[in-house]
Amino acid sequence: MSECLIELKDIYKIYQMGSEEVRANDGISLKIHRGEFVAIVGKSGSGKSTLMNIIGALDVPTSGSYLLGGEDVDQMSEDQLADIRNRMIGFIFQQYNLLPKSNLLENVELPLLYAKVPKEERHARARKALERVGLADKWKNLPRQLSGGQQQRVSIARALAGDPSLILADEPTGALDSRTSREVLNFLKELNAEGNTIVMITHDSSIALEAKRVVRIHDGKINFDGDVNDYAAII
Amino acid sequence: MLQSFKLAIKSIWSNKMRSFLTMLGIIIGVASVIILVSLVNAYMSYMTESFASMGTNQISVNLTNLPSRSVSVEEMYEFYGEHGDTFQQMSPSVRVSGTVKHGADTMSSTSVTGVSEEYLEIKDYSLQAGRGIQYADIAARQKVCVIGAYVASELYGSAEKALGETVKINGYGFQIVGVAEQQEEDMDDGGTDDFLWMPYSSAVKMARNANINSYTLTISDLTRVSDYKTMIENFLYEKFKNDDLYQVTAMSEMLDSLNSMIAMVSAGLGGIAGISLLVAGVGVMNIMLVSVTERTREIGIRKALGAKRSVILQQFVIEAAVTSSIGGILGIALGSIATSAVGAVAGLHATPTPAAVIVSFSVSVGIGLLFGYMPASRAAKLNPIDALRSE
Repeated sequence: MSECLIELKDIYKIYQMGSEEVRANDGISLKIHRGEFVAIVGKSGSGKSTLMNIIGALDVPTSGSYLLGGEDVDQMSEDQLADIRNRMIGFIFQQYNLLPKSNLLENVELPLLYAKVPKEERHARARKALERVGLADKWKNLPRQLSGGQQQRVSIARALAGDPSLILADEPTGALDSRTSREVLNFLKELNAEGNTIVMITHDSSIALEAKRVVRIHDGKINFDGDVNDYAAII
Repeated sequence: MLQSFKLAIKSIWSNKMRSFLTMLGIIIGVASVIILVSLVNAYMSYMTESFASMGTNQISVNLTNLPSRSVSVEEMYEFYGEHGDTFQQMSPSVRVSGTVKHGADTMSSTSVTGVSEEYLEIKDYSLQAGRGIQYADIAARQKVCVIGAYVASELYGSAEKALGETVKINGYGFQIVGVAEQQEEDMDDGGTDDFLWMPYSSAVKMARNANINSYTLTISDLTRVSDYKTMIENFLYEKFKNDDLYQVTAMSEMLDSLNSMIAMVSAGLGGIAGISLLVAGVGVMNIMLVSVTERTREIGIRKALGAKRSVILQQFVIEAAVTSSIGGILGIALGSIATSAVGAVAGLHATPTPAAVIVSFSVSVGIGLLFGYMPASRAAKLNPIDALRSE
C-alpha cells in the first residue's frame, strides 16, 4: 500500500447540548492512503458531517489525533487550519458554494488568491482547471447563468485549481438530478484514476457504491470499513 | 491589499443604492463641517480686514496728568526719539471742544483735534488739495488747519474753494491749508470725513491746558506688539509710579481677542457639524453589519477555501473605509460648491479652508475604519462551518 495521507486516531467530538453530552464522533480511527477513493456513508445525525469537518480541517476534534499528510492538525489554530485547507484540501460542496457575484474564473482562482499565487500564474492555473471540467469558454459567466451540473463542475475546477492532496466532496450529487449526478460521479472517478485522493461524504448507499472503499458511520462510530464489493454484499 | 480594494469597490458598486445611502450621512456631515467652518472663516477675515483698516499697527496711550506727576509732550517725544527703530510715527492728539464756523454756517459735529505733522500718515489719509500740517506750524503755533472732505463740501462746496479760506473755531480764525481725501463712500452724515486737524501746539494754547493726555504711536513689527506695549508702560510707570494713571491700548490686541472669539465660535459650529459625522459613522456600522449578515455564506466559502481571519477583517474594514472615503470626497465637493454659493449670496469671499477639508476628510475615513472594524471583526470570527450552513 502507498503512503498514508489521512490518519485519524481515537477521534472524539463531544458537544454540550444543555445538560446533555452529544458524542458526534465517538472514538473514530481511520487511515486513508494516497490514491484512494473512499465514501463515508451514514444517515443524517450519524456523525459523518462532523467527521467530514474534522477531515476537512474546518474543525478540530475534542480529543484524538489527526495527521494530514504528516502534519498534526488536531490542535491547530484557526489560521493554521485555514492554511491547511488552502494548501491541502479541495472542497466540493453539495450547494456548490460559488460566489454569486464573481465570474467562473474568479471563483476558481479563489484558493490560489489566498495562497498568494502571482496573478499570471493564478489565471493560467484557473483556466487550466476550467478546461479540465470543460467550461473554459464560459469563464466570464456568472454562476447563476449555468446549470446545476455545470456549477458543480466549476466547484470541482475550484477544488482542482489549488492542486490539493485531498479532494473532499460533501454530498456532491445531493442537489443534482440522476443524469448530472452520474456525470459528476464519473468525473470524480476519472480524477481518482489520475491519482487524486478522494473522500466523498454521502447519505446515499447507492452513491457510495461508486467509490472503491466504503466507511459507514453509525452513532459516531465506524461500523463498516471495507472494499466496495463487500459493502455491496451487505446492503 | 490591492485585491481587497477591488473587492470593496465591486461590493459597493453591486449595492449602489445602499452604498449611496450609507455615504449620504458622511456626505452631509463632511459638507456641513466644511460649509460652517469656511463661512465662519470668511466672516472672520472680513472682520479682520475691516479692523485692520482701522489701523492694527497703532498703539494709543492715554494719560491722566496730575499737577504733581505728569508726562510732558517733550518727554514723550524724547522717549519716541530714543526708540526710533521701534516706532514709526507718533502724534499727540488734543481734543478741542468747540464748533467750526464759517459765516452763518456752523458745524457742531466736526471733531477738532490738535495733532502732529505725522498724523496724516498714521491715519493713512491722503490729501486731495493743499498741504498737511508741518513741523514749522507746530513750532510757531500757527493758526492753520487741515479739514476733512465733508467739512469742505458742507462749508465751501469743494476742496479747491475751501483752500486758503478761514474758519472760526471758538472765535479764533484758522486758515485752511489742506483738504483730506474723501474716506467714506457715502458722505451723507460726515463720519470719518467730518474732522478738523490743527497743530497740537495751537490746540494746547486754545484749550489753555499745558498737558497733553493722549498719544497715538505706530509700530512696524506687528509680531512684537506686546513687547512694545510693555516698553511704553515701563516708561510711563517710571514717570507716574502708579499704573492707574495711564492706559496703553494696542489695536492689534483687540483684534486678537476678536479673532480668538470667532475661532471659538468656529470650533463650536464645526463640533456640532462633527456630531453629524459621528451619526454618519453609526450609519456605516449599521450597513456593514447588515452586509456581514447578508454575506455570511460568502465569508464561509472564503474561509473554507483558506482565507485567514486577517484577510476577511481587511476586506470588510477596507470596504467600510472606501465607502466612507468616497462619501468624504463627495462631501468635500458638495461642501466646496455650497461654500462658494452661500459666500456669493452673503457677499463674503468664502473658500473652503484646507484645514476643514483635511480634518473632515480624515475624520470621515477614521470613522469608517472605526465603525467598520466591529462588523469586520465579527465577520472574521465567523465559524466557517456555521457560515457555510447559513442561507
